[in-house]
Amino acid sequence: MDLSSLLNALILGVSIASIWLIAALGLTIIYGTAGVINMAHGELIMLGAYSSYMLQFHLGLPYLLCLPASFVIVALVGLALERGLIRYLYNRPLDTLLATYGVSLVLMQGVRLIFGSDPKYLAVPEIFQSNVMLGSVSLSAFRIVVVAVTALLVIGLWLLFYKTRYGVQVRAVMQNKEMAASFGINAGRIYMLTFALGAGLAGVAGALFGVLAIVLPTMGASYVVQAFLMVVVGGGSLAGSVVASGVTGELQSVFAFFTNDTFARFIIFVLIVIFLRFRPQGLFAQAGARR
Amino acid sequence: MKLTRRNILKSTVAASAALTLPHLWLPKSSEAWGATLKKGEPIKVGLLFSLTGSLAVPEEDSTLVMQYAIDEINKAGGVAGVPIEPVIVDAKSDFAVYSEKAKELILRDKVIALFGCYTSASRKAILPTVMQRDHLLYYPTCYEGAECTQNTICTGPLANQHSQDLIPYMVQNFGKRVFFVGSNYVWPKESNKNAKVWLEKAGGELLGEEYIPLGSSEFGPVLNKIREANPDFIFSTVVGASDIAFHKQFKQEGFKVDKMPIASLTTGEIETRAMGAEFGAGHFLSAPYFQSLDTPTNNKFVESFLASKYGKNGTTHYNMEETYTSAYVFKAGFEKAVAAVGVENVTPRIIRDHSGGIRVEDDVSPEGLIWIDENNFNTWLKPKIGQCQADGTFKIVKAAENHVAPDPYSIYPDAGICTKDGLKAPDGKIRKSVI
Repeated sequence: MDLSSLLNALILGVSIASIWLIAALGLTIIYGTAGVINMAHGELIMLGAYSSYMLQFHLGLPYLLCLPASFVIVALVGLALERGLIRYLYNRPLDTLLATYGVSLVLMQGVRLIFGSDPKYLAVPEIFQSNVMLGSVSLSAFRIVVVAVTALLVIGLWLLFYKTRYGVQVRAVMQNKEMAASFGINAGRIYMLTFALGAGLAGVAGALFGVLAIVLPTMGASYVVQAFLMVVVGGGSLAGSVVASGVTGELQSVFAFFTNDTFARFIIFVLIVIFLRFRPQGLFAQAGARR
Repeated sequence: MKLTRRNILKSTVAASAALTLPHLWLPKSSEAWGATLKKGEPIKVGLLFSLTGSLAVPEEDSTLVMQYAIDEINKAGGVAGVPIEPVIVDAKSDFAVYSEKAKELILRDKVIALFGCYTSASRKAILPTVMQRDHLLYYPTCYEGAECTQNTICTGPLANQHSQDLIPYMVQNFGKRVFFVGSNYVWPKESNKNAKVWLEKAGGELLGEEYIPLGSSEFGPVLNKIREANPDFIFSTVVGASDIAFHKQFKQEGFKVDKMPIASLTTGEIETRAMGAEFGAGHFLSAPYFQSLDTPTNNKFVESFLASKYGKNGTTHYNMEETYTSAYVFKAGFEKAVAAVGVENVTPRIIRDHSGGIRVEDDVSPEGLIWIDENNFNTWLKPKIGQCQADGTFKIVKAAENHVAPDPYSIYPDAGICTKDGLKAPDGKIRKSVI
């Protein structure tokens, strides 16, 4: 073992962390703000991949434009979902769990009815199909794109939540919905916008994952579990999810480097269970009244 | 009835008695099939594949091609003059459902044979049921071997048929140093054991062996290790969605296909289309069938299948071809059994007993002549090696000159020899696998 390969593993860890994080971002925001456990998150990711596929295949949109377009399309789906279903269930957390699970099945079968169950294919520009060498460190160009998009989204979200009027309102509603409402904040509208935002973020993740892996009606299921883990370990806050994904990604990469992939995952899940045993509220639990 | 403790107790007893009853009076299929096979009535076969879930990608195509084959056989007059009626079920990629549906098909629908399964895990899930009823499973895909049941007929290649040509070919053309990557379940592990034997014979050197959880799409750590080891080629038994992620990330991480190609046992036309041909081009596949096989039979098969209502997915694939030929193996076996005992006496077991040595000739089998082994009921076939081209089709770079025997215990010589009565151990004892 030499230093450069360990360095490679550490850098790969950042990339793995960004994948875990971008899958978890939308979920974090929806859970953190509205307290809704959104079981359909994986399927929103899947819809993002299919939106990109559709835009690219039928309209010939360049891949990089598919990212924001997927955000918009899936955010609109999220908006419709929130208005049509979720808003009636805010005070019934167990019911949202079941309802969103039902929605996930509907979305999956719906996509299967429209597109069939055979895998689809997302094309990316030639420059994203290769790697970049920095000395002895090798980096896949597309992984750099994923890290960059994730970083941009995290910075954007931070600015949105801490530097804008909307952000102040969101945080007020998070801390105490009734009190915020008595100050004239329209809590229903805040929930609606936040849900749409979270869904849109899942859409961007889907557009990226479609290139890294495969576009299938069932693709969401493999991401939703890790996304939930990150949200639970992080405690439902943005900073929590960032730190949880960073640590998990690095650990996975380094353990896999010293042993193998299967064992690395085993260790990570064991560590997460132990962590939650001693800190069930997660890394950075949110202050304020929970509903 | 009032809900008293006694009443509940009574009804529980009655219910459990009713549940156990069918097992008392339903015939084992080795007993006469009897009146269910009256002349002129269609004969039922079960199609046990997953139409939804993670295994739907290959298995939905298997169901379609099987329906196509049945239509074709029925149009030509059926089997021994009897039309075939498929009973289609969805196993939902869930091994518990496979087992449940297998029971349903055998006991309720009284099918005379099952066609189904893709992964070894699902096959092993339904085998106890199939063996208990002494029924018959046509298993139309490749598997690892190391199994000797009297109730399975397999039309795909075994591990020994897969690796025997591929490994020496890759060693000769690219170099001795190889890295194994596989999905983490029984088939890749057994296939790799086989490949190691052939690698040793070819004078190759194994640099590393890595397994990825089924369904995982993160190949970064594995590719880092491969970069470190710098092998001459990669031998892959990664399956399904992971396989597509593996080929994509291989290129995205800057690996060059001409310097370090992947020799796969699974990456065929369907997978290549799903990943995009630019990610598949240059890699190798060992299979008995490729869509590009230029024979009159195959050209006709491809053309008429794709034009039929079942050909909507737009390609043919080794797995589909093996399913297609299994229908003709069934037809020949059924007809031989009818000729021997008469249509009213045919049972799954009698079909099996007449299936040894059945040939599917050049003019029917798209991959060319194949036949069923007299002893272990796997298939004699010609493995071929194809290289994926820029348009996603495969160019055949090497085809075996002679048929290769299926040998389920090729790397376990101590286990014995698979005969039609059971596994014959070296001490001469025959171990039957019928429950």
